[in-house]
Amino acid sequence: MSITPQREPIMPKLRAENIIKMLKKGERVDNRGLYDYRSISVSIGIIGKAEGSALVKLGGTQVIAGVKAELGSPYEDRPNEGVLQVHAEFVPLASPSFEPGPPNEDAIEVARVIDRSLREPRAIELSKLIVQPGRLAWVIYDDVYVIDHDGNILDAGMIASMIALAVTKLPKLEISGESVKINREVKETPLPLNTLVTTVTMGVLGDILVVDPSLEEESVLDTFISISVDEKGRIVGLQKKGLKSITPKTLDSAVEIALKKGEQVLSFIRKVISSPQEYMKW
Amino acid sequence: MSESRPRLIREDGLRVDGRKPEDLRPIRMEVEVLKNANGSALVEYGGTKVIAAVYGPRETPKAVQLPDRAVLRVRYHMAPFSTSEHKSPAPTRREIELSKVIREALEAVVFTDQFPRASIDVFIEVLQADGGTRTAGLTAASLALADAGIPMRDLVAGVAVGKVDGVIVLDINELEDEYGEADMPLGYAAGIGEIVLLQLNGVLTPEEFKKAVELGKRGAERIYAQMKETLHKKYLAVLES
Repeated sequence: MSITPQREPIMPKLRAENIIKMLKKGERVDNRGLYDYRSISVSIGIIGKAEGSALVKLGGTQVIAGVKAELGSPYEDRPNEGVLQVHAEFVPLASPSFEPGPPNEDAIEVARVIDRSLREPRAIELSKLIVQPGRLAWVIYDDVYVIDHDGNILDAGMIASMIALAVTKLPKLEISGESVKINREVKETPLPLNTLVTTVTMGVLGDILVVDPSLEEESVLDTFISISVDEKGRIVGLQKKGLKSITPKTLDSAVEIALKKGEQVLSFIRKVISSPQEYMKW
Repeated sequence: MSESRPRLIREDGLRVDGRKPEDLRPIRMEVEVLKNANGSALVEYGGTKVIAAVYGPRETPKAVQLPDRAVLRVRYHMAPFSTSEHKSPAPTRREIELSKVIREALEAVVFTDQFPRASIDVFIEVLQADGGTRTAGLTAASLALADAGIPMRDLVAGVAVGKVDGVIVLDINELEDEYGEADMPLGYAAGIGEIVLLQLNGVLTPEEFKKAVELGKRGAERIYAQMKETLHKKYLAVLES
């Protein structure tokens, strides 16, 4: 059952009113413009045991995406494709408001939006991940691990996932007759990618849109929209979140902003994965 | 897989079930279908059958109470017999997500501040799934809330727009959802012209997206009119008796 949550974090009324007042003037408490992202930094390959990994810091938010590859059965209705599974964990070390236990609705939503944004534009060419049609396929697990929450987990998780998947190297398969074994000593084949994808999340305050809301902004804004875009400038996913509505006119502006900002984020991701050695330190 | 994909738009430009792209399926609505609930509604979009019940405003456990408003508690659930293969009754990740987006859609219209510390509970059971279950569920929930006499800014009509064989179509059925290129569920408060639920599962160009939102709004307006008529009929019947 989905239950109206408490507002978190609880903030002095004066501070909340000040954030709103500034947004209405086109200003933000951290001096950003309405459509600016916080600074993004990336560390690749921080988890040697994973087939691919990335730590993304989006302002104060830190998310690790770890990609593991295993052998498993393809889905019955997709006998000629590998499998992609995205999960998100909001672990209690990341925020005073996160509790231990199975993923709650917010974590499930984040994982499912990332999953759909990757799946629908076929960002990963799953048909190239089949080992034995109908029997054996690569199962790619993308686990999104939030370790510090300062707002906009979705975009941080999406960027981390996209980079981790793009730098993933599949282990070698040793095939002799019927038996297939994974040799993790040798990781060589990159995942077949068709396009890069990102989400652009905006807070909605009436007809004002606020890109990449921080935790403080999230707690005073009631409504959010996340729009997924790919390298061809297509809309490959969308999710409206939060307690209030959005007018069709504001939705149009959100799409326009998402296409523009998405292009910038995608070119940042492209830069990172084209010179990974420069991002290999934590 | 593309090789086993059925054709979704026929030679004559009509859809698999004979509809034009901008046609809704036959829609049935009825309110006050349950005795115990404070409000209830049965909604059918073609083969999709959904029932919604509202309990409340009523007392709620202290732990979830909010001091300045009522909490909404929403559960979207599919009956085990609602799909072609048996569905486990345990809530799936999909059902958890849909419960959330439906709750958030209703939050935007219900005057929750009139009932501090209370809860308004909305239970949606999908009896048969044939595409558009979350949007039919949202329509049913909105009718059930009205039937329960809960004050709201507006009614909400749900409808899913899709893209099948390159054509933007209204109110997709299960086949169109499964094999189509996009599924865009929309919840629209047509009286005040506001979007309360919007998701996109699929790929659209910006132009197609615009067209899909337009088509969805027009479809939702027709469903909204039928919702109003359904509620009018109930209250006229009460007056006459």
